[in-house]
Amino acid sequence: MRSRLSALFDALLPVIATLAALAVGAVMLLFLKVNPVEAYAALWDGAFGSTNAFAETLVKATPLLLVALGICISFRGDVINIGGEGQMIIGGLLATWVGLTFTNAPGWLVITSAMIAGFLGGAIWGGIPGYLKAYFNVNEILSTVMMNAIAVQIMNFMLRGPMIDPVQAQKASKIPQTARLIESFRLARLMPPTRLHFGLIIAVALAVLVYILLWRTTLGYRIRAVGLNPSASKYAGIKVQRYIVMALLLSGAFAGLAGAVQVYGVNYRMITDGSASGFTSNSGFNGIVAALFGQLHPLWSILASVLFGALLVGANQMQRVVQAPSALITALNGLVVVFVVSSEFLRRRRQRQRLAQANKENPPPADAPDRPMEAKS
Amino acid sequence: MISELFTVTVLIGILSSGIRLATPYLYAAIGETFSQRSGVLNLGVEGQMLLGAFAAFYVAMNTGSLWLGVLAAMIVGVAMGLAMAFATVNLHAEQGISGIGFYLFGLGMSDLLFQKMMGTVRTVDGFQKIAIPFLSKIPGIGEIFFNHNILVYGSYFLVLLAWFVLNKTTLGLKIRAVGENPDAADSLGVSVARVRYFAIIFGGMMSGLAGASLSIALLNVFQQNMTSGLGFIAVALVYFGAWRPGGVLVGALLFSMVNSLQLWIQVLGISIPSELAVMMPYVLTILVLIATVSKVIAPTALTKPFEREE
Repeated sequence: MRSRLSALFDALLPVIATLAALAVGAVMLLFLKVNPVEAYAALWDGAFGSTNAFAETLVKATPLLLVALGICISFRGDVINIGGEGQMIIGGLLATWVGLTFTNAPGWLVITSAMIAGFLGGAIWGGIPGYLKAYFNVNEILSTVMMNAIAVQIMNFMLRGPMIDPVQAQKASKIPQTARLIESFRLARLMPPTRLHFGLIIAVALAVLVYILLWRTTLGYRIRAVGLNPSASKYAGIKVQRYIVMALLLSGAFAGLAGAVQVYGVNYRMITDGSASGFTSNSGFNGIVAALFGQLHPLWSILASVLFGALLVGANQMQRVVQAPSALITALNGLVVVFVVSSEFLRRRRQRQRLAQANKENPPPADAPDRPMEAKS
Repeated sequence: MISELFTVTVLIGILSSGIRLATPYLYAAIGETFSQRSGVLNLGVEGQMLLGAFAAFYVAMNTGSLWLGVLAAMIVGVAMGLAMAFATVNLHAEQGISGIGFYLFGLGMSDLLFQKMMGTVRTVDGFQKIAIPFLSKIPGIGEIFFNHNILVYGSYFLVLLAWFVLNKTTLGLKIRAVGENPDAADSLGVSVARVRYFAIIFGGMMSGLAGASLSIALLNVFQQNMTSGLGFIAVALVYFGAWRPGGVLVGALLFSMVNSLQLWIQVLGISIPSELAVMMPYVLTILVLIATVSKVIAPTALTKPFEREE
């Protein structure tokens, strides 16, 4: 009974961390002279209050989930990918190029090719830091950050130059954006008039696939093995470097796909305000938050993405109704991350205590390892 | 057109603004050097800078005192550093990821405060240039090195100070020991936790100051996300500089000089795509990391939480 309660407590840690973040948010709202109850009511209403609100929440959750799936893979391989922003951009650019180039091809073919192009674009943008980490020992946190900055400049260059909307090219103002995708190239709407689109189904299906990949295939097993213990993996004959590259490459690929889905499902074009978040709305970072919250499990990440999609969509309503800037939610997301990773420590300590307790009651044989493999499943 | 770049006036301009633009990189990266030397990767520098920049600007605008602004930025940096130290030292939080959390917190919080407390972009009269007597009169050299505001001079002084503290004092020895071999340091009676707290808090304070140098000494405005990645580059510069203040200085100057060149290229209207120019420093950093990283050795305990063996 007690162990079941403990397990429940462990599973609820992220929820407790979120509640703590919301409590801090309430204090901040009080300082801003905003009634927190009204603010959070507006947030709830904005996220779930109507069919359209809920659809918007799911639209927002879609790229978060795709990025989060990639993060599940890379973090399980002990590779930290914070290049989601750049990978989304490159994926989006390649996918857009496909749709603007092959205008005479059938819709299904273009959409499929564009999704694959996005996947590949992200794979390249994630694979480069992976290769540099595996073979040149370049820290992936730094290289992915640099790759983000480079991707932003490539986007700005492409949208101001080679890929600019021909209409804008004629004008003096020259808004840096591409032409719109023709109607048959857009991802189907699931519930018109809401913006909910087929990308959600792609993302959920891929969540199941990533689950299978991580726990039912050799590739996934090896990525996780390398993440848990690289030197043991090496002695077991796993080519560690190859799986480091694979972890980052796959992680980038999912982010790239998120970029492609954003273009084909929501915006129908690429437009830049000069920054990464102008295209990604920070999904590359928020996807990390969602994945961590989902305990790096693809299926839990579905729920986590919906939750954070709701927070982000609700934040806009909160801004409209009680004039509390939606930036509050960005700050709270940051706190959730800090609380979740800090609470990991509590979980591990409880695990050790339970183990010590079990050992006392039931001493292990003398040659048994004193610590079991970290239970990460 | 390219030849316009090579007139004496323009060259002096490029070098002079290069020296000036290195300021925020230096403060943030030297602070980060301390933190990493003690074994803690602080990836929240960008968030600390943003909050520091806002605090400095807001206080300076309302009190009219730039020094109070600097103080406010440093206090904000200390508070952020304290929170980071608690999460990473006491709670053993994964450093890279909690750093991203602190970044998002700083990004959102500075934006929130800006919208609620200021609403529109305003400007302040930042720190004025101080021409150093005699030295600033040397042709060329004087304009490049000896005619800047006080925070610019301060950042170069900090490099010297950091070198001295890290290499010539007991405190520096403790910081390095804790970052290389915390178990040994612990058995010699050095409090690993206390040293790391100090290093992280100092790093936070310097990041706050780096933010202040942007908002009340270099640009004299505050805008949402005004650092746009600068804090992350500061972290990269620590690797680039192989965890040594001198190396960090070289990296920061390389970065700021390329940046300054890029700005002048745009000013003179030379037809190189500006995106390509902006991109250069990042590409360069990756290349330098590839060339150097396998040869230098990071502090052994970097990113590893310390726990005393029972």
